[in-house]
Amino acid sequence: MLRRTLAVAALSLPLAAFAADPEFSLVIQDHRFQPAELTIPADVKIKLKVENRDSTPEEFESHSLNREKVIPGKSSLNIFIGPLKPGRYPFYGEFNEKTAQGAIVVK
Amino acid sequence: MFAAALIVFREVLEAALIVGIITAATQGLPNRARWIGGGILAGLFGSTLVAGATDYIAELASGMGQEMFNACILGLAVVMLAWHNIWMASHGKEMASQARNVGKSIRDGAQECSVLFVIIFVAILREGSETALFLYGIVTAEGEGLRTAVSGGSLGLLGGVTVGWLLYNGLLRIPLRWFFSATSALVLLLAAGMASQAARFLIQADVLPSLGSPLWDTSALIEQKSIAGVLLHGLTGYDATPAGMQVLFYIAVLITISIGMKLANRPATVSATPS
Repeated sequence: MLRRTLAVAALSLPLAAFAADPEFSLVIQDHRFQPAELTIPADVKIKLKVENRDSTPEEFESHSLNREKVIPGKSSLNIFIGPLKPGRYPFYGEFNEKTAQGAIVVK
Repeated sequence: MFAAALIVFREVLEAALIVGIITAATQGLPNRARWIGGGILAGLFGSTLVAGATDYIAELASGMGQEMFNACILGLAVVMLAWHNIWMASHGKEMASQARNVGKSIRDGAQECSVLFVIIFVAILREGSETALFLYGIVTAEGEGLRTAVSGGSLGLLGGVTVGWLLYNGLLRIPLRWFFSATSALVLLLAAGMASQAARFLIQADVLPSLGSPLWDTSALIEQKSIAGVLLHGLTGYDATPAGMQVLFYIAVLITISIGMKLANRPATVSATPS
């Protein structure tokens, strides 16, 4: 019994650590980001959920955030960001750069 | 079309720089062309497989499959580049001089050949799979998609390969005296740059802490997306806004490989005969 309790506790530990990061979400639709500007708090790591509602893949890319991740069509994936200093961090969709533009504003 | 060409160019360029450097660095290795050609073909084939499996890979490791996949591939490349440079430190000088003389065969070059194959394969696989995905997106999305993909793709490919070829030819012009040091230095920087990229993926997947993100910002000096930035990134792993962990990985790999090369070079200099 004790063993089982310990196992459950051990298994939920990473989940607890996971839940501790504040979550934000971003939607890709018609090769655009919604919202185009996302405000997040400074000095904490956040979990950004990017949902791609288009049928084609998109690559979330940002040089200032130092992130790149392909989000396949009709799916959503998480990207960990930060902790960041206050400022504006632009990002874009590499596969549709003309329309897919956005920024994360850290306050 | 030019927008598509530019993206393909950027991806191809990174792979072409690696192929150019490695091809030059292995000058004189027997059967080199066959292994390099094989690496390129396997890389192209692998790219389409990886691109096709994007959805599957993405879902692995609780949605962090891409990061883990990229970090593993980059890690493999770093180990192979390290092996190559350490092997070269003990064999490179004799090989380079023989290449310019008669071209005697070297017996224990077989292992180096498979390392060569893996490095080229990995370089093409990484950039190729992204390019394939991008082109796939164009083909399925737009009305004139296929034409844009083919024309933009081939223009970008041509541009990237040209730069890699220029680099290769430029490197061959380096006098023999400095040739070995120059190519080893380039391979060393390639390895360090890849280690830094691997660290970046592990941070993105929340496997490693960032230790300062970014540690500094030099984007005002050399922007990451500018031609200079892309070239420097491909050659030395330049990152305008690196995380602390990336810098740590970069330096650790630089030091580790350098020590390995020093150790490997010692017995070789004793037995080496001046040519």
